[in-house]
Amino acid sequence: EIDWSDIISTVEFNHSGELLATGDKGGRVVIFQQEQENKIQSHSRGEYNVYSTFQSHEPEFDYLKSLEIEEKINKIRWLPQKNAAQFLLSTNDKTIKLWKISERDKRPEGYNLKEEDGRYRDPTTVTTLRVPVFRPMDLMVEASPRRIFANAHTYHINSISINSDYETYLSADDLRINLWHLEITDRSFNIVDIKPANMEELTEVITAAEFHPNSCNTFVYSSSKGTIRLCDMRASALCDRHSKLFEEPEDPSNRSFFSEIISSISDVKFSHSGRYMMTRDYLSVKIWDLNMENRPVETYQVHEYLRSKLCSLYENDCIFDKFECCWNGSDSVVMTGSYNNFFRMFDRNTKRDITLEASRENNKPRTVLKPRKVCASGKRKKDEISVDSLDFNKKILHTAWHPKENIIAVATTNNLYIFQDKVN
Amino acid sequence: MFPKPPSLGKVLIFWQSWWDTQEKEGILPERAEEAKLKAKYPSLGQKPGGSDFLMKRLQKGQKYFDSGDYNMAKAKMKNKQLPSAGPDKNLVTGDHIPTPQDLPQRKSSLVTSKLAG
Repeated sequence: EIDWSDIISTVEFNHSGELLATGDKGGRVVIFQQEQENKIQSHSRGEYNVYSTFQSHEPEFDYLKSLEIEEKINKIRWLPQKNAAQFLLSTNDKTIKLWKISERDKRPEGYNLKEEDGRYRDPTTVTTLRVPVFRPMDLMVEASPRRIFANAHTYHINSISINSDYETYLSADDLRINLWHLEITDRSFNIVDIKPANMEELTEVITAAEFHPNSCNTFVYSSSKGTIRLCDMRASALCDRHSKLFEEPEDPSNRSFFSEIISSISDVKFSHSGRYMMTRDYLSVKIWDLNMENRPVETYQVHEYLRSKLCSLYENDCIFDKFECCWNGSDSVVMTGSYNNFFRMFDRNTKRDITLEASRENNKPRTVLKPRKVCASGKRKKDEISVDSLDFNKKILHTAWHPKENIIAVATTNNLYIFQDKVN
Repeated sequence: MFPKPPSLGKVLIFWQSWWDTQEKEGILPERAEEAKLKAKYPSLGQKPGGSDFLMKRLQKGQKYFDSGDYNMAKAKMKNKQLPSAGPDKNLVTGDHIPTPQDLPQRKSSLVTSKLAG
């Protein structure tokens, strides 16, 4: 029986890969830290251990609409490290918070007026003066909220993205995108607004948004209709008109009731190089060259066998699942999750793909993962799994790849798996 | 000497069977699923991605009658998880009109994430 609040809702490595943050439905953030490499045991990279955990968001009540505001953490994004402390942004549906995570490994001892436990001494008993000194103590990691960016979103926040200027960031909800300055909490600029004057005319919503990794004036946002718009903030203050529109033409004879639903983009991620972007829709992962708007340059089928199951996937709402996707550090491999605790990797150079499983039952620690195969139809070979025996409650929606090494973090419903490639 | 070209009849047969294969592999699965769905729910709207479906998405979140209803629901959930919650506060209803101070407040989570376990 899974405790609802333990369901992992986001996973993100920091810029160096030393820290890994997870957010859950209970509004908590857990940060893992990679052990510093043991010089003697150079055959494996350091393991990740719990570094800090804190309650980021609490549930709230929207009095105007009588709606609950969930404390679920939708996204976490790290700031690059500038000093000894680490900073991250975490957001739920309505409020974004900037958290400072700092270490304390020394404390002052030898106060004149206070005992070691904090009680004040009777001043009349003080006969000599001494200078307090800092003494080492057990490492304590503290998290404190430094900024709270609230009340800027009428709809539910789905994305936050820090600009390459490291001063501003964007937050996107279903209909609007706002630009914030990290230092200023009482004001934000609206840069995209797709809310129609008449809500009856609503045909699409914003599903994800991200800043370009190098150009601080450029960002993209994806829609529920399968389009991606690239906007340039130098063009105008309100970027309602896109600079580029990425859309793959659809053969109208192929259209079905499900077409629009499965074309809805659940995640968009720029490559580290900034030349490409990747989108995830229900059945596939697409790589787009920013210089070509009329179709993606690469398409990878994640679980095409589900196309003949769309009716039941619509009935059990699985067709609305929002899978994320990620690049490896060199942009040569992309990864995304699927059902039955399977996740998939596609090598863009060799065009080879692999399906792996994140589960304790089938994999012992420190053994190489065995590739999995789903049998779509016909005779099932030994070790293959048939589509009908897939567990659709075991979804891998969130995955992350270490920015520099081949270490991946894969979140099943309420467990976090960290895999690394064999180092010899 | 070139091989004799196939007669027109044979070409047509080839084309038809190729098209049938295409249909079976590509287009039919989705359409078959659509037919299944329409058979189960004949009243399903013509615009699948249209306003109703999107409006439902914008409106996500559990609705309560009012803030009192919300706080009571939260308290019920909390009381299940923390049986040590003050018994006095639970005896409020039925005896007198509760005041905001009497209603159980939502306590901050004392339960740490199992990942931090």
